[in-house]
Amino acid sequence: MRLRCPSDLVKARKLIRSRYDPKKTCVTVCCGTGCLASGARDVAETFRKEIDRRGLRPRVNLRITGCHGFCERGPLVVIYPKRIFYQRVKVLDVDEILSQTILKRKIIERLLYVDPMTGKKIVYENEVPFYKKQRRLIFGNNGRIDPTKISYYIALDGYTALAKVLYKMSPQQVIAEIKRSGLRGRGGAGFPTGQKWELCRNANSRLKYIICNADEGDPGAFMDRSLLEGNPHSVLEGMIIGAYAMGAEEGYIYVRNEYPLAIKHLTIALKEAQEWGLLGKNILGSNFSFRIRINRGAGAFVCGEESALIASLEGRIGEPRPRPPFPAQEGLWGKPTNINNVKTWANIPLIINKGARWYSKIGTKTSKGTMVFSLVGKINNTGLVEIPMGISLRKMIYEIGGGIPNGKKFKAVQTGGPSGGCIPARLIDLPVDYEKLTRAGSMMGSGGMVVMDEDTCMVNVARYFLSFTRDESCGKCTPCREGIKQMYEILDNITKGKGKESDLGLLKELAQIVKDSSLCGLGQTAPNPVLTTLRYFPEEYLAHIKDKRCPAHVCQDLIRYSLIVEKCIGCQICNKACPTGAISGEKKEPQRIDQKKCIRCGACYEACKFEAIRVE
Amino acid sequence: MRKIDRIIKRHKKKGALVPLLQDVMAEYGYLPQRTIERISQELDIPLSQVYSLATFYKSFSLTPRGKYLISVCLGTACHVRGAPRIVEKLERDLGIRAGETTKDSKFTLETVNCLGACALGPLVVIDGKYFGRINLSRLDEVLKDYLK
Repeated sequence: MRLRCPSDLVKARKLIRSRYDPKKTCVTVCCGTGCLASGARDVAETFRKEIDRRGLRPRVNLRITGCHGFCERGPLVVIYPKRIFYQRVKVLDVDEILSQTILKRKIIERLLYVDPMTGKKIVYENEVPFYKKQRRLIFGNNGRIDPTKISYYIALDGYTALAKVLYKMSPQQVIAEIKRSGLRGRGGAGFPTGQKWELCRNANSRLKYIICNADEGDPGAFMDRSLLEGNPHSVLEGMIIGAYAMGAEEGYIYVRNEYPLAIKHLTIALKEAQEWGLLGKNILGSNFSFRIRINRGAGAFVCGEESALIASLEGRIGEPRPRPPFPAQEGLWGKPTNINNVKTWANIPLIINKGARWYSKIGTKTSKGTMVFSLVGKINNTGLVEIPMGISLRKMIYEIGGGIPNGKKFKAVQTGGPSGGCIPARLIDLPVDYEKLTRAGSMMGSGGMVVMDEDTCMVNVARYFLSFTRDESCGKCTPCREGIKQMYEILDNITKGKGKESDLGLLKELAQIVKDSSLCGLGQTAPNPVLTTLRYFPEEYLAHIKDKRCPAHVCQDLIRYSLIVEKCIGCQICNKACPTGAISGEKKEPQRIDQKKCIRCGACYEACKFEAIRVE
Repeated sequence: MRKIDRIIKRHKKKGALVPLLQDVMAEYGYLPQRTIERISQELDIPLSQVYSLATFYKSFSLTPRGKYLISVCLGTACHVRGAPRIVEKLERDLGIRAGETTKDSKFTLETVNCLGACALGPLVVIDGKYFGRINLSRLDEVLKDYLK
């Protein structure tokens, strides 16, 4: 079907909706990457087969959707219209769900979610605290649509914003609206989007490009992927509107090669949008034409930086270059180019549909709208969380995240990936917005939020991030290439008990130099994990240096495993688990650990069921 | 026509060097030297430039991979949940370092920055199959099936 004018779109929407009965039972299975890894594909296939076998097709629909966000409890199954919420569903549960819940309307207790804070069982999706406290403006539709069919997106008012822009707004009006909304880039730095667009709009060139940066490289962050997998058309619509506003005829999506499902869904979405006349020549019958190509990244973190990304698109190695000139002046193939993050693009249709005034009421004074975080690490409810800017870390971690597992103590939260910092427990009431996070020494980044508990060693974490940035530095400028390496070596020494007190001063000095003199964002922000851990956890550094002790029992050179004789029953499980034969002893007698042979791999500690092994 | 020439033909335009190498990887599992030389000749690009790309990006490999690819996620969430010890164990058991292939060409061990399945951390992927919430003893069980 090719739509030739806005009224065609309205008609198509009516037709799609008329074919869909909202009261009909629909089983939705989340098939985002997290749920797939937990076995969702088999669950969905079993549903398909069983629905057919029982002849339930006229009564029950099956819908495979993108990521719902609550990865911790996957595979997730939600049964519409009531939105009965089943979690950790296995293939063997499918038969019972069909015979009990679908046919007899009985709830299966065992598959319900138990709130870890209250111990209460919850039946409906909208009552799960993880979802209830969120404001899912750009992620909400993920659970409702089949991302491989454009009709679902259109039924939920998709491409309405595009029609409005093409027929009722001038490019300048679009830019003014985005400026008024207060939207800032969701990729990390938070540059005002409208202003960025205006720079590109005003650049003097017939050819212009726009790029969607989907090279999501921060470890522990996967919201861009989930959006591309679960609702690709929302990103495309944002890009088409942006292209119209800036006067670009060609766009690229630069997506991580490690995201095969996102690439697949994007490819389908592009094809469908083209077939429907929403992309390509004379979009919706207007004079405006625009096309989009997908480029797969080849595995380089630095390519998330815009000038490196452009170099990579041009077929060169991903090395950043000094700016100015900015990409808005001289970008891809030397032409004015605008680059925005996946989530930034997805916000655009929303702003156009609901208006800048509405949008700017959400969030704080300087940070507008919602932000999507991936809440991971030592947290009960791992998953994707969309909240209005400005809510506190406490609310994120305890009310949405369900607190820390195994009754452990919350220690710090790391935001912004390798470019961000660690925020300590005492700042837990800090509201989340661009400025507040920066002032605390961290940054918003693209939305990774890694929770750490008392068993996390902050020196080790700082070393981890530096090993990451050391490996990912492109090597072009000296401060980043050499500075990070030196800092890493100092930290490595400290974790091995070879640190000196003077190292701390040296670390700070080096960090400042790397920050001030590196060429691009990678080097300029790489010292942040070190600086924040030094600032908030100096006592941990000193324990490693002075007392040769790792308080969290993580750094292997500073710990030893020993046996608690009174607790050991001589089952010899540890003995068998030990890879170096360091544990000896008679059966039913307490065992012994030979410290000379012990390599501190932790296998005995993990294997012992009687807590008879101690870490010191 | 040879496989490599077909791939080159498909990409014979400006800037397509990265996608070209990606297709060669998909076809051969690595970048054989003769394909790199051929690309340099056919596209009239200095050999050094093709090599610089092939060694800059992590998804390119100049050596063949083993029968099974074992990837251990070392993203932050997996890291704080103990992934480094999983890597150490694999290195010990397989007798290779991360990034290497066993002598019998059976296993290649690699670490990846983040697979984005943080709820399942620590996470090991063997030939596309996910083994989530892994620990040292479960890893033993999993490996047993592949070591046979």
